[in-house]
Amino acid sequence: MSHSEHSIERDSLAYAIEKHVEVHAQKCYQCGKCSAGCPVAEEMDLPPSLVMRLLQTEKSSNDDKVLRSESIWLCLTCEMCLSRCPMEIDIPSMMDYLRQRSRSEKKVNPKMKNIVSFHKAFLHSIQYTGRLFELGLILDYKRQSLKLTQDMMLAPKMISNGKLHFIPELLKDMPHITKIFKKTIVEGGSK
Amino acid sequence: MKIGVYPGCSLTGSARDYNESVFALAKAFDIELVQVPDWNCCGATAAHNLNRELSLSLPARILATAEKNGLDEILVPCAACYSRLIVTQHELKKNPELKNRINEIIGMDYRGTTKLINVIEWIDASIIPNLEGKITKPFDYKVACYYGCLMVRPNKVLNYDRAEDPQTMDIVMEKIGAHALYFPFKTECCGAGLSVSRTDTVSKLSGKIIEDAVHRGADTLIVACPMCHSNLDMRRPDINKYWKSDFKLPVMYVTQAIGLAIGLTPKEVGLQRHFVKVNIS
Amino acid sequence: MARIGVFVCHCGENISATVDCGKVAETVGKLKHVAFSTDYKYMCSDPGQTLIKDAIKEHKLTGIVVSACSPRMHEPTFRKAAAEAGLNPFLCEMANLREHCSWVHEKNEMTTDKAIDLVRILIEKVKINSALQPIRVPVTKTALVVGGGIAGIQSALDIANTGHKVILVERSPSIGGHMSQLSETFPTLDCSQCILTPRMVEVAQHPNITLYTYAEVESLDGFIGNFTVKIRKKAKSIYEKDCTGCGLCTTKCPQKKIPNEFEEGLGFRPAIYVPFPQAVPNKPVIDREHCTYYLKGKCKVCEIVCPTKAIRFDQPDEVIEVKIGAIVIATGFDIKRSNFFPEYGFGKYKDVIDGLQFERLASASGPTSGAILRPSDGQVPKNIVFVACAGSRDPAKGIAYCSKICCMYTAKHAMLYKHKVHEGKAHVFYMDIRSAGKNYDEFVRRAIEEDYVNYIRGRVSTIYERDGKLIVKGVDTLLGAQPVEIVADMVVLATAGVANPGAEELAQKLHVSYDSHKFFAEAHPKLKPVETNTAGIFLAGACQNPKDIPDSVSQASGAAVKVAALFSQSELTREPLVAYVNRTSPPMYSTCVGCFLCQSVCPYQAIEHEDFKTRDGKIIKTVAKINEGLCQGCGTCVALCRSKSIDLHGYSNNQVYTEVVALLNDY
Repeated sequence: MSHSEHSIERDSLAYAIEKHVEVHAQKCYQCGKCSAGCPVAEEMDLPPSLVMRLLQTEKSSNDDKVLRSESIWLCLTCEMCLSRCPMEIDIPSMMDYLRQRSRSEKKVNPKMKNIVSFHKAFLHSIQYTGRLFELGLILDYKRQSLKLTQDMMLAPKMISNGKLHFIPELLKDMPHITKIFKKTIVEGGSK
Repeated sequence: MKIGVYPGCSLTGSARDYNESVFALAKAFDIELVQVPDWNCCGATAAHNLNRELSLSLPARILATAEKNGLDEILVPCAACYSRLIVTQHELKKNPELKNRINEIIGMDYRGTTKLINVIEWIDASIIPNLEGKITKPFDYKVACYYGCLMVRPNKVLNYDRAEDPQTMDIVMEKIGAHALYFPFKTECCGAGLSVSRTDTVSKLSGKIIEDAVHRGADTLIVACPMCHSNLDMRRPDINKYWKSDFKLPVMYVTQAIGLAIGLTPKEVGLQRHFVKVNIS
Repeated sequence: MARIGVFVCHCGENISATVDCGKVAETVGKLKHVAFSTDYKYMCSDPGQTLIKDAIKEHKLTGIVVSACSPRMHEPTFRKAAAEAGLNPFLCEMANLREHCSWVHEKNEMTTDKAIDLVRILIEKVKINSALQPIRVPVTKTALVVGGGIAGIQSALDIANTGHKVILVERSPSIGGHMSQLSETFPTLDCSQCILTPRMVEVAQHPNITLYTYAEVESLDGFIGNFTVKIRKKAKSIYEKDCTGCGLCTTKCPQKKIPNEFEEGLGFRPAIYVPFPQAVPNKPVIDREHCTYYLKGKCKVCEIVCPTKAIRFDQPDEVIEVKIGAIVIATGFDIKRSNFFPEYGFGKYKDVIDGLQFERLASASGPTSGAILRPSDGQVPKNIVFVACAGSRDPAKGIAYCSKICCMYTAKHAMLYKHKVHEGKAHVFYMDIRSAGKNYDEFVRRAIEEDYVNYIRGRVSTIYERDGKLIVKGVDTLLGAQPVEIVADMVVLATAGVANPGAEELAQKLHVSYDSHKFFAEAHPKLKPVETNTAGIFLAGACQNPKDIPDSVSQASGAAVKVAALFSQSELTREPLVAYVNRTSPPMYSTCVGCFLCQSVCPYQAIEHEDFKTRDGKIIKTVAKINEGLCQGCGTCVALCRSKSIDLHGYSNNQVYTEVVALLNDY
């Protein structure tokens, strides 16, 4: 925890980030190297260095902008920012935290619903089979995102190339997986 | 020689070709690969995006199972799974309190003793030293080695190859007769887990990688990650549409290239399963 | 019988605001042997000192305790006052009631009680203090200046001009340092060599300066005023007295492909060479690492062509020993090279160069005669990118500090480029522009406003090559982190300034401290920026931290004044608070058993051997002896001595025990 704990806004997002993932937003001196190297910066509403700046203000209106941003969902966790950051700020870990906060505060940017749907469908698949069932995942995602025609051309070729199973492989100890999901997703409230 | 292996979900499905080439190589070099019993999915991108504890618990179950079954070393061919497993080891080592919490969730005794080996490390340790006299068809092609993100970053956790301009895969390829090209996109992200939910983004990012490799005269891209492979290979129609181009550059796994060099057939290493036809044999 | 005086100072309100000074004076006044006790608002003021002096005389005091601020502040003041009143200055002690009490505690009775205790223990100590005499040492009035860059040159000239002898030692074959490599200098754009070379010549001609180039300090012994230095004069392989500097040998040398250090690798030199045309001395040396004769045993072309037969292949290194009184360290700095930057290609791209390389390109005497040309193909770059803070302010790369000079020289580089390539475009990626200095910010503004240099606020993430161009990926943070991609012909990295290779080794040889970045450390960051914490050794220039020319020259003159002040005295006096080994009557001579554990722990190499001999010269006993000139009174030897044979003047074991006992006893 930071030396200056007494001077940081306790209800700020920056404080929560320090507490949960030990990332100290005030270390950022706005050089922009993260945004310059980020492969998706161009598509982001808030490039990573701007996210850092908003957090530094410790203002709730700016915290809100961050949690409602598209950027936190577009982040690929490619870790390029961290690997080049002169201050070694762990932006990827921070992004993981921000995504979870954004969901728990129901502030997910509406344009990003598909990305969240995909992640959810992915976890569903594991929850019920223990391993990823790719066909099930695609179908579940289509159901959630209503993108019914997407990738229609992909499936037949995947099947003919032997890359798509019709029947999921089930784990022997499925109750174990169910228990893990119960203790994390269900009890943690991030269903 | 016997070694544990965690294939991960992709290798049983969309990356069957990779799986086949890894097992074919193992067989050719008398290495017995023992699967972690009843292994589960590592949670991939979805888990760490949505739930931190789940993202640590799923890999912890895999690792604890390996420990329980006496698998001291496990090969993890999938770069994405490798990353999740090694990051979990790192996080739980750093934070004993968190480790206790995760052990409580999985109801097992995870200790963190398993040595994880990525595919290049495996090749370096078990294939390259025994290569002499085995190369029947030198892989005489110009290759662009594409490492992606997860083989080299986060560098401090992986403590593997250098984060900028890594060399390990280039060196392996040179050893089987290839000419490894200067390739500045070797660690740029392909778009990773957004393949389905943001196909346009993936087409753009993967397209940049392919375009640069084509521009530099590569005969093939060499990869070691199923996620990268699916974005660069299976997504090729989307890429070509986005870039208004007709890139035909094949994308091969490093294990497939080695397999061909030691005389395995294209089928034995799963080349027929690729979307982009591989004119290399 | 002891008669002690106590003087309690209020220090304005600094002490009296929390300590009841009247009560302190009153309470200790009642103690045994205290003959006089009072309090006063400012003891350090003239009336305060008079009060002390009068009391010493009137009450025939045998010792005094001034209870005021830290002895670091006013001990000299009060000891001088005591001496003026006829009391040995070492019979004056100071109780620190300010830093050790009033400043760090609340106002209450306990604080006053603590103040009383602090005074009490010193009353007990001063009772057993002995009168000490200052130590006097002679001064050798010759200075050693290490490093022949602009700082060393300036220091040497300034000292020499005060009439004292100077030995100037330079590691490379010529003096001049980095300044001789520079093209033009900010903020006036005057030619670096034009202003430097007259000083170099002056050094060579000055009757008080002895110049040793191609030489290094081998070792140093002694102490302030009395150092002995060993200097290794590396073999130049020529007999300098016969060499006329005609240069025939350098043109005929068949080995011509050695990367030229002076040109920062952008040109080549032969194995026998003069580093640059205006070199001082202008006589060649043979680089034995690359010379064909030394490598393969034959060639000797230089010997054949030399009209004066000055070549000496078998010349050995020569180590000379010189006595000197003071040292100025002016060994300068180095920069990180482009191979320090993984994200910018590990130094692989020929057209990504560093600042010193750009200086050579822009210099009229450089490899391109001042034309800005790409190293890869000799083309004029139409689009050039300058990257500031390359390595500096980058804790991830281990360099957290600002290198201070890069903002200015980057503006200069961009300007020089625009003056030479009118149609070209210059871009500067920066984080902050640090241009504090006379006419400095105006200079940067000129680059932006008059020369249209495109300043972009953001750091470059990566540089890669494609089709002979360099793709520079950065960002404009003033446009909300908008991506910027520049297809450049050449990139100049303003790489971090770092300590010179060998700085750490030299610091250890000279027994001076250095920081974690291997820069030499000053004795105090504000009030002793020129001194090191070894008496008699001073700093000048960028060996302390990256500095520009005006700063280096100013500090060099400052160091010279320190040396001159030292040399203005015929002998030095220093505080006698040093360790001593006891002496007893023969045949024991001392309780010291000669284990010399003390010698192994002494940080100042102050412990010597002393032999006691019979009349016919047979050694009876060897014991430790303290060199008073070197001893700093740290007490490490005292603590370690197993036979309790060493003690410290002014802080003897007995004095310290007395203080502790006083603290434990009620009063």
